[in-house]
Amino acid sequence: MAIAATTRRLSASERLRRSLGNGRVTAALILLPPALLIFTLFVMLPLGESVWYSFFNWNGYGAPTDFVGLENYQRIAGHSIFHKAVGNTLKIVAISILLQMPLALLLALLIYRKTPTNAVFRLIFFLPFILAEVAAGLIWSFVFDGNYGVTASIAQSFGAESFFILADRDWAFVAVMTVIVWKYFGFHMMIYIAALQSVPEDLIEAARIEGAKRRQIVRYVQIPHIKPAIIVSAFFAIIGALQVFDIIIPLTNGGPSNQTHTIVTYLYTFGLTRLNIGFGSAVGVILFFAAITVAIFYQRFFMGKDKA
Amino acid sequence: MTRGQLIRNILRVGFLCIVASFVLAPMIATVLGGFKTNAEIRTSAFALPESWNWEFYGSIVSDPMFWRYLGNSLIMSVAAVIITLIVGAAAAYVFAQIRFFGSRMLFSYLLLGLMFPFATAILPLFIKVRDIGLLDTYWAVILPQAAFSLSLAILLFRTFFEQLPKELFEAAYIDGCGYVRFFWRFTLPLSTPILATVGVFVFVQSWNNFLLPLVVLNSREVFTWPLGMMQFRGEFVTEWNRTLAFVTLTIVPAIVFFLAAQKYIVAGLTGGAVKG
Repeated sequence: MAIAATTRRLSASERLRRSLGNGRVTAALILLPPALLIFTLFVMLPLGESVWYSFFNWNGYGAPTDFVGLENYQRIAGHSIFHKAVGNTLKIVAISILLQMPLALLLALLIYRKTPTNAVFRLIFFLPFILAEVAAGLIWSFVFDGNYGVTASIAQSFGAESFFILADRDWAFVAVMTVIVWKYFGFHMMIYIAALQSVPEDLIEAARIEGAKRRQIVRYVQIPHIKPAIIVSAFFAIIGALQVFDIIIPLTNGGPSNQTHTIVTYLYTFGLTRLNIGFGSAVGVILFFAAITVAIFYQRFFMGKDKA
Repeated sequence: MTRGQLIRNILRVGFLCIVASFVLAPMIATVLGGFKTNAEIRTSAFALPESWNWEFYGSIVSDPMFWRYLGNSLIMSVAAVIITLIVGAAAAYVFAQIRFFGSRMLFSYLLLGLMFPFATAILPLFIKVRDIGLLDTYWAVILPQAAFSLSLAILLFRTFFEQLPKELFEAAYIDGCGYVRFFWRFTLPLSTPILATVGVFVFVQSWNNFLLPLVVLNSREVFTWPLGMMQFRGEFVTEWNRTLAFVTLTIVPAIVFFLAAQKYIVAGLTGGAVKG
């Protein structure tokens, strides 16, 4: 019996070794190409083409022939609205890190424990994140509407003049940032909650027995422990700021007088709607390098260190 | 509970309630606004409606275009999910199961999509979609959407597949089961948790996507719901109650879906966080 089993296993492993080559190659040749094809065609090729197109003055019809070298980049670099768009993007990063993330962390600390009440609050705070950005933008464009909105009602109840914040050059972007904080703080909070729940309870208990106050536990036990989560959430905030588009369109559409553009709304408005494919592609290339720089910088200085 | 703790707890809940009202007030005003006349919205945006007018909601629900928009979004999102899952899982399976020259390089190549935002290549993508002749079709949204979802999908799938017990494959292989059949018969069925997580993630992304459909779709017949909503807003620019009713009717399914798929959405979120 035992001998028979051994010989059978031997012959099986022999079979395994022999057919290893064939089956593997066929499998790879069947299973891998679809992904490579779709990804190349719709992601990598357009990316490469955006570099190519960015050297042309081209409206998208026929082949690009009007080679202009770096002129598109020069025009972008000298365009005050582009400066505004970059500035606005940086403002979003700043508000995310200085206001949104601390708020999210505070809330996470208050409700990370698994109780029914906390679950309800968690759900409420996460709701804006699951709404489509366009829907969120429309809702808030109603809230900010000086004739109809919630802010109008509040202004009236104080007897103040109704105020069109989205049409105000100085305040419109403050309104946009309010919506961004409203929409995304729940996302950051969820990241922190997941991390806080993984802090060992013994650690906190030990600190408490040692006489540490609540504030000290937060400062010296919990926050150091969830540092990787904070770093990741900051990364999302920065990458997210580079991509803001959907929210702006229903709120201000980049106006008033181009004060509330972000890089992507700038690309859309000055590249696509005017069919300046070359110009818009150059904006895309700049955006690409911004994103890559952030990713590499982050990998180098934050992520790598934590993994090691 | 001591008095100090009690006070602290009251402060805590009070603060949470303030934040909760900041979060909920715009949404509640939106839902209620759909029931009000425009005159009433103007005077009291936030109070309960004096009389509950169902006509604005009714006119949207009975508008075939509304259902058309939702249907279009549903078809495109489901198709993007299916393509991402099958194509992505197949590729990830090769990376997890088969070692061959250049596999690490191809894997890194496919992950490049994680590095940069969708918008960077949107103009050449528009040209490409136009030149292939897909402009204004469902495929114009489905294929790029799936392509951009592939990177994250492949990353998560590969990690999951590598954790499946190796003995299983060896046993199946000895019984004469090839790589491709093993993928269909064993790997995919055993991976439902990660398939669901990625599927929900891609679905939500596609369902909410605005920029891509905006660029590649022109006619109302193929509009997704975010485009339809912006179109509707443009048509009824002075009638907030209709727009608010429309918005409400589109966010309700989102919230229901979230409550149903909460587990997977939060998992996808933390999975996405790991990727960073």
